[in-house]
Amino acid sequence: MDERCRAIAALIFAAGSPLSLDRLCQLFDCSRSDLRPVISQLQEFYPLKQGGFYLAEIAGGYQFRTDPDLSPWLVLLSRERPFRFSQAALETLAMIAYRQPVTRGEIEYLRGVDSGGVLKTLLDKGFLRILGKKDVPGRPLMYGTSRHFLEFFGLKDLSALPTLKEFSALDPALDPLLDSGSGQIESEKNLSAQQSADEIETLIE
Amino acid sequence: MSIAISLDNFDGPLDLLLHLIKTNEMDISDIQMVEITAQYLAIIDQMKQLNLDVAGEFLLMAATLIHIKSRMLLPVIEEFDADEEELDPRAELVRRLLEYQRYKDAANRLDLLPCLKRDVFLRQFVEPDNDAVGTEDDVNVGIYQLAAAFHQLLKQTKIDFVHEVVREQLSVADFVHKILDQLNRCGQQSFSDLFLSSGSRQEMVVTFLAMLELVKMRMIKISQSVEFQPIWLSLAVSSAALGPECLDEGALGYG
Repeated sequence: MDERCRAIAALIFAAGSPLSLDRLCQLFDCSRSDLRPVISQLQEFYPLKQGGFYLAEIAGGYQFRTDPDLSPWLVLLSRERPFRFSQAALETLAMIAYRQPVTRGEIEYLRGVDSGGVLKTLLDKGFLRILGKKDVPGRPLMYGTSRHFLEFFGLKDLSALPTLKEFSALDPALDPLLDSGSGQIESEKNLSAQQSADEIETLIE
Repeated sequence: MSIAISLDNFDGPLDLLLHLIKTNEMDISDIQMVEITAQYLAIIDQMKQLNLDVAGEFLLMAATLIHIKSRMLLPVIEEFDADEEELDPRAELVRRLLEYQRYKDAANRLDLLPCLKRDVFLRQFVEPDNDAVGTEDDVNVGIYQLAAAFHQLLKQTKIDFVHEVVREQLSVADFVHKILDQLNRCGQQSFSDLFLSSGSRQEMVVTFLAMLELVKMRMIKISQSVEFQPIWLSLAVSSAALGPECLDEGALGYG
């Protein structure tokens, strides 16, 4: 490995968060096409299940992470208990990840239950971002996933999410409705303007 | 058939319904409404007997089930809305159940991904003790973080109970200039310092509005080196480009 290659590895090692290709280009004053082969060389040099850790592509950047199969040992070292999602939080997060931007009304229609508490928890933990307001009556907030979400689940971008499985145990003629209809759903209309204005406040309280 | 189910195990009425359909080995597109409704209501009843609060959502679903069941008992009048409307009263419910099942499955698969601090670990990174701003790795501050930080500040300020009604004319444009001046002088400023000179709640609110306006006009940049660390404000344009003429009340829409 030449010096630049080693320097990049060292930088990725020393950085607090994933280092993007653009950032590396800026630091080394060269083009993306210059650095791509260097990165692949490093990925070959630090593969999964060889040296205990590997070079992962995370949230549009690069980061060293421990091999997932070694977690039983690593848990011994960490003092905090591993973070666990509740089923409700996971479900809500999945809906937002796959359907973003999505409003609280849409999430609640899909889940069939009030989701304010779960949304607040996810926002507080930094998994969500407010993407803006939907241009429908009441102007409800639209939610999407954050960069932290990608880092947490070790995804390089949203397209790396596992594909949504279709459950088509029903008449195929009904299937298109699965994807189209629910965008402008009825519960949306029930969201009054006041509710939406209160939404951000109640979430912060 | 006795059903021993605790509602706590279910994430909502759709979850419970899916469970019932599965345990009864029914075809999801051909739900036997009589059977399912009876079982669903039995569970709700059981909960009531145990003096447990049944969440409104579960009752709403009970009503929906009964409504669908009753519609299926009525003869279909062929002449009216034969093909416009869905003929099967269960269609909407089936669609929701399938959609819900999709995300439930997606949630389970999310949980299988290598999660931080559970399956995959990072080097414990000790943040160097400086609050330097302007690096590329700064965490982007979202509107939620800004609003939460502002709410925190408002809570800290004590409210004066003085019953003198004075109409104060605070101008967002004035505060926009004030912030720009301050940033021009100091280069950068922390979010909480911005409000140090604000005497009243109104002043704080107007300062906050002015700051949001500046962000909207892309004249200042807001960043944070690490989550939960101070939020920093800095100029996003060169100070020469800041002509006072570009900003007045009218242009900001507060006039």
